[in-house]
This record gives sequence, structure tokens and C-alpha cells, in this order.
Amino acid sequence: MATAYDRIVWPGEGVSAVPYQIYTDPTVYAEEQARIFRGPAWSFVGLEQEVPQPGDFKTNYVGDTPVVMVRGRDGRINVLVNRCAHRGNLVCIQKEGKNLERLTCVYHNWTYDLDGALNSVAFRRGLNNKGGMPDDFDMSKHGMRRLRSESFAGLVFATYSPSAPSLFDYIGAEMRPNVERVVGRRMKVIGTYSQYMPNNWKLYMENVRDSYHASLLHLFQATFRINRLSMDGGIKLSDRGWHHISYSIGATDREEEQYAADKLRAVDDEYRLADPSLIDKWAEFSCGTTLAIQSIFPNFVVQQISNSLAVRLCLPRGPEACELMWWVLGTEDDTPAQHAIRVRQSNMVGPGGLISMEDGVVGGWVQRGTRGDRDKATILEMGGRTVEPSRDSRATEVSIRGFWNGYRDCMEGRAGR
Amino acid sequence: MTREETRRAIEDLLADYAHAIDDDRLEEWPSFFTADGTYTIIPRENQAKGQVVGIMNCTSPGMMRDRVLAYRRANIYEPHWYRHLVSALRIVDETAGVYTVWSGYAVIRTMQEGDIAVFSSGKCIDRVVFEAGKARFKERLVICDSARIDTLIVLPI
Repeated sequence: MATAYDRIVWPGEGVSAVPYQIYTDPTVYAEEQARIFRGPAWSFVGLEQEVPQPGDFKTNYVGDTPVVMVRGRDGRINVLVNRCAHRGNLVCIQKEGKNLERLTCVYHNWTYDLDGALNSVAFRRGLNNKGGMPDDFDMSKHGMRRLRSESFAGLVFATYSPSAPSLFDYIGAEMRPNVERVVGRRMKVIGTYSQYMPNNWKLYMENVRDSYHASLLHLFQATFRINRLSMDGGIKLSDRGWHHISYSIGATDREEEQYAADKLRAVDDEYRLADPSLIDKWAEFSCGTTLAIQSIFPNFVVQQISNSLAVRLCLPRGPEACELMWWVLGTEDDTPAQHAIRVRQSNMVGPGGLISMEDGVVGGWVQRGTRGDRDKATILEMGGRTVEPSRDSRATEVSIRGFWNGYRDCMEGRAGR
Repeated sequence: MTREETRRAIEDLLADYAHAIDDDRLEEWPSFFTADGTYTIIPRENQAKGQVVGIMNCTSPGMMRDRVLAYRRANIYEPHWYRHLVSALRIVDETAGVYTVWSGYAVIRTMQEGDIAVFSSGKCIDRVVFEAGKARFKERLVICDSARIDTLIVLPI
């Protein structure tokens, strides 16, 4: 039987136009949950550092399914669906916690081992030989569902799929070095928050991959004439474009000179920063990368903007809403001065970010603009109609087309490759 | 100043501050601070964990001025207005002329199409000093109850 998704017509050549309907249709949303988030995709769940000791846990979502990441007695991290097998109650009510012996459902006191195995059922044998569970109730069949989970560079992911490639291969050779470069150190969470946005999750993920808009929508740096001399930059794509990196490499010496000149002129001119310590930075990466935005399909982002490091997860919250979860990061080895720079640079990103606040609002405008015309489509032809890596990072929408390759591969059963 | 006069001056500072923002006189925002004044918005749970990164962090009035100029000339967002409701003011300490002031707040945000919602609520911990008889913030720490911001935050709290 054809589903709502199967009836959608993709105009153009595959991924060079996106039907508006895909941003609003509740049936498509439900099918995405099954075919992507419970399909072959790996979903980011949290950082290993968030659960340092056995019994530590932190909740999150895979798609719209609540999950809990918990470190077991053996030191391994388990990702469990956060739901009691009995009546479906949330087991972990707190967002996070420490040092649990077991996971206990508060509703009827069923308890689970840290790997999700059902440990005890209150009044299982009844009271005074009355009531209780039937004799053939098999405890071993009623654990909390444990998802397949793996870590890379301290990032914990989970998948429903037994046949998806390993996380290592899923991220892939093109993408792994940047993940390791940005977060593969002794990282420290220096702040978290979220942005609840009135748009479909895919509009945000398109925006993250949309290098075309960056200098056109985000005017902070241009307005204050904060020079960003780039020697090199471009876009890297994984196989078929599921994941992407958009990056710039600074012309180090010239950039430092320019930066010093910017600071000197700062107070002379209305359009100079009154307090240029906002843009203080240091050469953290020997490769000279000044900016790298990386997305891992379907909804995960690794960010380096100068010394502002973060990971973001865009959770679907129904067809017309999403929640962007932020983990702002530093490293355990940061000096106090470096830490202060990261804190100041945090003003550039997030819901109040001077550089990027527009990203929170533009998706909602597209949502409002497209809602009434479900049979029409966007245009995604900048830089061609296919998915090829690009040396140009500004006048191309190739990374967005890559997202739709991943999306269509999952939705149309071609994933696994 | 008597205790009563001091209290009234601090109440006026908080009220004038809220009106300046609610009336879209954002250019006045930095002038409520001392020359070394700081402004921070941080979610309650970050603060409780000892994390320092939150929603906004201005380490000088110059940084506040830059933010306002960015809002006026660079940033793109849908027009909206705040209404501050400030409550339960307490002066909890005075050390060497620095008054520590607690207050509660709620901010109701009205969007241009008419949507009205409670946008943020929380507690402010302010360090207030007097300069030439005028009360000024040496530090304004806004601890918002929720770590979730609806869409984006532009105007200060």
C-alpha cells in the first residue's frame, strides 16, 4: 500500500527541488520516525563525559522516542528506550543523575539493571498467595529496550538498526578527521541550552548545510567589518552526501595583522566594536581552520567557529516544531585565558548569538511561507543539481542536496548502500 | 541616604531599566551599568552545575552597546516587544557600598502578529552601587528558570 511519503512527487532531478508538503505533513513525519530515526540512521545521544561513572545517566531523544544513556557496572555505556515494559511509563524522570544502583520505574516499582534487564517486579508473587503475575511471566523478555550504541571521539550514538554499518564507517573516512579534531580531546561541557523553533526539523538541517546564506543573512561580521580573510575553504561531502563539512582556513599571518589593525581602529568608528575583546581568539588548531560546520545525517552538528566549539542536535518535535539542543564545549586543558575567550565567543552562537541568531527564526518563516501550498516546491539548483564536492563554499547548495540524498535513501529503502 | 531612600533608589533603578527595554530605548541599556559593569543571562541548571556559559555574557558596557548596534543594523528578527514584571525585591546584603539585590521577573513577549507568551521567568541577582548618588548595576546576573528559549532572544532581560 502506498504511504503518504510514497505519494510525494519530487520535481526536478532527484534532489534539486523539495516539495513543500514534506515540511508539514503529519503522516510523512510519522514515516520519518520509522524510516530514519528507527531506521538505518545513527542518532547522537550525548557525550561520554556526561556519564563518567557507573550508574550515571542522562536522558535524550532518538527522533521523538525518549532514551536514556546510562553507564553500566562494566563501564560500558548503554542506550535504553526510557520506558518501562509494564505500562509505558518513563523510567528516568530526572534529566540526569548520578550513581544509580538500578533504574526504577516509580509507577509500580519495577526495577531494571543498568543494561536494561528487568530485575524485579513488585508483588510479582502476589500478597498472601493472592494476585501477582502469572507463573509463566518471563522476566528475561521484558527489559527496557536496549538500542545498538557505539561511540566515536567521545560522542555516543545509537541506532535501531541491526544492519547499519558501524558508527565508525557510518561517519566515514571523509568526516572522521574533523570530528576528532574538534571534539576528540578531553572535552568539557561549559554550558547547555536549547532553542525551540516553529519549523520542521529538516528546515533547520537544510539551513546548517546552506553555505550560500551565511554572508547574506548573517550580517554581524560584515556590519562591524570584522575581516575574515580566507586562503582556502570549501565543502567536503561523505559518500552520497549524507554528511557534510563546510570549512574555511585562515591566512594565518595576514589574518593576525588584520585582526590587530581591526582592534586599533575599533573605537574610532561607529561600526567598529566598542569592546573588541568579544572577538579575541587564539590559534587553537595547527591546520589553520577558522570555521568548520559539520553535519552528520540526520540531525547532528559539530561546530567550530573560531574558538567557539559546540555540538548540536536538532530534535523533531512534531511536523511543525523542532528543538535544537546545544552542548557548548571547552577542553579540560584550557588555560583560564582560553576559557574566558570561549565564554566571550559564546555570545556569537546559540539563541542569542550575534552571528547566528537568524538561524533560529528563518525556518519558521519558511514554514509559514510554504504551509498553504503543499503542491509546490523549493529550488535547490545553486551550484548544480547533483551532489559533488565543491571548492566553492558560498555559491552552492550541494550540501543541502546531499541531505536530501540521505533522506531519500532512508525513506525509499535504499540505505545500507 | 537612609535605608528607605536607598531601597527606593534601587527599586527605581530596576523599574527604569525595565521601562527602557520595554519602551525600545535599548541605546540606554548600557548606561544603567558602571564602567566595569557586567551582564549575564544563564539558565538555572547551568548555574547550579557551575557552568559559566549561558545565553548572553557581556563583560563590559561596550559589549552591550555593540549588541544593541548589532540589533539595530545587522541582526534580522521579527519585531517584538517585552513587558517586564518585576517582583519580590529584596536587598540581601551590603558590603563596602555594594548592595546585593534579589528580584523575580517574568517577561511577556508580544510578536508583531499578536502572539503573546510568557517568554522567560527567573531570578535576578544584582550588585548595585551608587555613583554620584545614582544607582548603577555593577553586575546583573539573570538566572532564567528554563534552559529552553523560544526561537531566539534579542532584547535583554
